[in-house]
Amino acid sequence: MSPATLVPIRDAFGKALVDLGAENPDVVALTADLAEAVKVHWFAEAYPRRFFQMGIAEGDMIGTAAGLALGGKVPFATTFAVFATSLANQAVRLSVAYNRANVKIAVSHGGLTVGEDGATHQAIEDLALMRVLPGMTVVAPCDAVAARKAVFAAAAHQGPVYLRLGRVPTPILTDETTPFELGRANVMRPGDDVAIVSIGAMLELALRAAEELDRDGIEARVIDMHTLKPLDRAALDAAAAECGALVTVEEHTIVGGLGGAVAEYLAGTRPTRVEMVGIRDTFGESGTPDALLRKYGITVEAVVAAARRAIAGRDAATT
Amino acid sequence: MKTLPDTAHDPVRRDPPDLDRLRDLATQIRRDAVRMIAANASGHVGGALGAAEILAALYGHVMRSDPADPERDRFVLSNGHVCAAFYAAMARIGRLSVDELVTFRRLDSRLQGHPARVDLPDLVETSTGPLGQGFSVANGLALAARLDGRSSQVFCLVGDGEMQEGQVWEALMTAHQYRLMNVTLIIADNGLQIDGEVEHIKSLQPLADRLAAFGWDVQEIDGHDLAALVQVLEGSRTSDRPTAVIAKTIMAKGVPFMEGLAMWHGKAPTLDQARQALADIGPSAGYADFPVAGGIL
Repeated sequence: MSPATLVPIRDAFGKALVDLGAENPDVVALTADLAEAVKVHWFAEAYPRRFFQMGIAEGDMIGTAAGLALGGKVPFATTFAVFATSLANQAVRLSVAYNRANVKIAVSHGGLTVGEDGATHQAIEDLALMRVLPGMTVVAPCDAVAARKAVFAAAAHQGPVYLRLGRVPTPILTDETTPFELGRANVMRPGDDVAIVSIGAMLELALRAAEELDRDGIEARVIDMHTLKPLDRAALDAAAAECGALVTVEEHTIVGGLGGAVAEYLAGTRPTRVEMVGIRDTFGESGTPDALLRKYGITVEAVVAAARRAIAGRDAATT
Repeated sequence: MKTLPDTAHDPVRRDPPDLDRLRDLATQIRRDAVRMIAANASGHVGGALGAAEILAALYGHVMRSDPADPERDRFVLSNGHVCAAFYAAMARIGRLSVDELVTFRRLDSRLQGHPARVDLPDLVETSTGPLGQGFSVANGLALAARLDGRSSQVFCLVGDGEMQEGQVWEALMTAHQYRLMNVTLIIADNGLQIDGEVEHIKSLQPLADRLAAFGWDVQEIDGHDLAALVQVLEGSRTSDRPTAVIAKTIMAKGVPFMEGLAMWHGKAPTLDQARQALADIGPSAGYADFPVAGGIL
């Protein structure tokens, strides 16, 4: 993989929302005093009547979004991941999920790479909190190109969606031809020795780890599990059957996130060695995004090591 | 660009209310609520009895409530625990089968312990129960109506104790910020909550002043006075501000041995107590009680 230009995923989200708004007059947007941070200010400028600044009141924003949805609109409620999922959790659970309201909760600042703001602002458990809600679709696209597709896919889906975006610019790993279907993972690299399953921008680490493993003759399949829920079970069935060893990579706690979801599923179908790369049941702290990822063990080296452990575990079990 | 063009409200009710009919409806709502709760030994009787006139005024006269009418008014029962009265009102205006009332809180019933939109999508605009949630949804419904140029008024009922929830005050600010004249907040102000008196637990006073300071048109009425309820709720359609109606109510109104006692917030009466309560409430003129298996009530 060649060094790529870094593109802010939030910008892609904001531009896609403007284009979606042109297509669909029922699309509305809300924010809780973070219009520019979440790049929804472009939507506000384009469609002032359809934009609702809700102030620093996340629960009220989510509840209002639910009312807009129940009144026939397609609201995108925007804030940071940690606020939408923790501050506003009651409204998400009751007014959005239990109502099956057609609300798209679109958040930036998912994960450790929030950086210097520290643990208070780093959502490391948001995917888990959203995944446990019945009927909630949970999506984290890998790059700016996929983020754009995710916006349109979320709007086309009838029902609640949690759309998680990161803060930092990320390399473009997909192109216009890459499919993006909710619930359908993308195999980004073929291989049968081990499968590396990633979510969100962690795809980059997964691909780089696969390159490194390739130098040792290990062919790693790389799966972009952009939709955490509903999980692509067929992709996991195939990976378990054909590789027999899996690694999950997430910018999130390994408790209840991608690693948890994959392990839950495979435990009941085809028990398979799963090594998890992610945050190990701890809060983050202040630091640069790169320094944080290194300190908390979310690196290419960690993915490579996890792949080797998974392979060794598989082989030990079968001999 | 936060303020949207105002929608002209169509003051729909031209006919004077038939207060005798509304009073009878309130009586039957009370009978139904007591019987639903006693028959299944579960439910919140105090608030349900206290809200009988509010629901009778709304569904018996003020609201356009045909689920098929996109211009219909919306009702959000933010204090969802008083839903026995809501289900009874739905049945008595013909939106639910009267025979279904006996299933309240039973397994497989559509009449969930707290209102569930998934079970009654035509009647329950939003699921409620955890307090402080419905009002924000009501504002969202009002914004959607305004965007579409619909004349719907959104009526939202909250309990006074519920106003201790911070999100209620967020929603008060939202309705003011967006000048949601199509929202009417009704506060069932009985002064009580589960653990005792609101005033001693976390006072809301001076409530009318606080609401006025938040930019609301505040009306204080007797929440059991049907004529006043109809007049104020109807009038709220044409206010130039969102209207808050502080409706003074008596918890468990109509059943003297329960009235004003916080213990009846969430307690079901025994069958004997229910019979006493029904005797106190008295019969309605225009409705028949729903059957209960074994004729126990």
